[in-house]
Amino acid sequence: MPVRKKHLKLNSKSTPSLKKNRFSWLVAGGVVLLVVIYLITTYNGLVKKEEKVKLQWNEVQNAYQRRMNLIPNLVNVVKGVSDFEQTTLQKIAEARSKAASVTVSAENLTADAVNKQADAQNELAAATNNLIIRIEKYPSLKGTAAYSGLQTQLEGTERRIKVARQDFNEAINTYNNTVRGFPTKLVAGMLGFKMKEGFQSDAGAEKTVEIKF
Amino acid sequence: MKKILSIFISLLVALACFAQKSGKPEDLLNFKPTTRVYVNDYTGTLTEDQRQSIDTKLRIFDDSTSTQVVVVVINSLEGNDVADFNVQLGRAWGIGGKEFNNGVVLLIAKKDRKLNIATGYGVEGALPDITCKQIIDDIIVPKFKGDDYYRGIEEGTDAIIQAVKGEYKAPEGYHKGRSTGGSVLRTVFIIIVILIFLAMSGRGGGGGSFMSRRGYTAWTIGNILSNMGRSGGGGGGGWSGGGSSGGFGGGSFGGGGASGSW
Repeated sequence: MPVRKKHLKLNSKSTPSLKKNRFSWLVAGGVVLLVVIYLITTYNGLVKKEEKVKLQWNEVQNAYQRRMNLIPNLVNVVKGVSDFEQTTLQKIAEARSKAASVTVSAENLTADAVNKQADAQNELAAATNNLIIRIEKYPSLKGTAAYSGLQTQLEGTERRIKVARQDFNEAINTYNNTVRGFPTKLVAGMLGFKMKEGFQSDAGAEKTVEIKF
Repeated sequence: MKKILSIFISLLVALACFAQKSGKPEDLLNFKPTTRVYVNDYTGTLTEDQRQSIDTKLRIFDDSTSTQVVVVVINSLEGNDVADFNVQLGRAWGIGGKEFNNGVVLLIAKKDRKLNIATGYGVEGALPDITCKQIIDDIIVPKFKGDDYYRGIEEGTDAIIQAVKGEYKAPEGYHKGRSTGGSVLRTVFIIIVILIFLAMSGRGGGGGSFMSRRGYTAWTIGNILSNMGRSGGGGGGGWSGGGSSGGFGGGSFGGGGASGSW
């Protein structure tokens, strides 16, 4: 009898503690699982928004490239005119090769690189505008189908650049808002996501130059 | 019951049209189309027959190619740039499919005497800026100069269709899936409203005959509908802001196209 009693006592003592143990393990496991799920979804969300930024950046690059491809055609329009001012053409060639040398891949988007490219593109646009003003003085050039076709193409390109830049800035904004928003802020740095900078459009920054007819 | 249903459907369609009838640039951007109206004339330039004939042509083209060509005629841009505004409009309405971005918007601002063709990302290849410019300068503008807006729009849209028709083909069930999806939702909604009102009037009216009860129901429904119409007109919200069925495809624009003036 006493033995049996002892046994019972032991049993009744060990069971609740075992249950408690198992319960706390379950809770801990659940919490860990939740944290892991949270980290995965946050990570995936950030990756998606970063991809969007890259995508929009490539769109900007395409539009810039389009501009650079069209400018030689514009230069060709005046090739036949013997007394055309040569310095204008020289300047445009310089600006174009400079702009072509500054390429910024979506993988290393730094504010410095972005602004350096924007500056080079602005210079190219200004030089092109200069050429256009001079061409306008030659009615025989202005009236050609080739010239008006180029005008249409360049206007379309400028619009694409504008839209692409806006979209890029918007994508950056969305991304940044997530990175600095609570509670993502706590883990974004840990996961390797930093704030990004878009095009500066106001205060202090240089104004964007558009090619205009 | 069938009669009530058909009255209902026509009422709702009329209200949906009413909600978009302002034509101010700002309102156009806030207005989210719930039905596919391909020719949107806010100026009364086209007669209803003319509007419908072009609309039908563009609807058939959409049904077979999934490429959405939309015409918008407004009075004034109110200072907006015609090209910039058209890009915004195409994006706001989501013209063209989401996957291919195959939408085209022909925007005509009558008082400004300006027009623009905006091309979605997916049709920039088939309809390059130069082609848009040619369609504007060679086909549309000469007609507009002679005040023949109908022929200008009719032949302009023909030329657009000609340019983009080989580019995309509507996926199987594109036409069917959209129309049944929309009408099923709408029918369910209508039936629920009718049931609610039948139940309410059944409980409410003590002595009235069946005829008078039905009159009451119709009156209440009419009242509610007109309220919905009012709220819908305000900011493109209300009932018409609901489900995504029936609107355009969610396509986007990147600045392709060309402008002109007459």
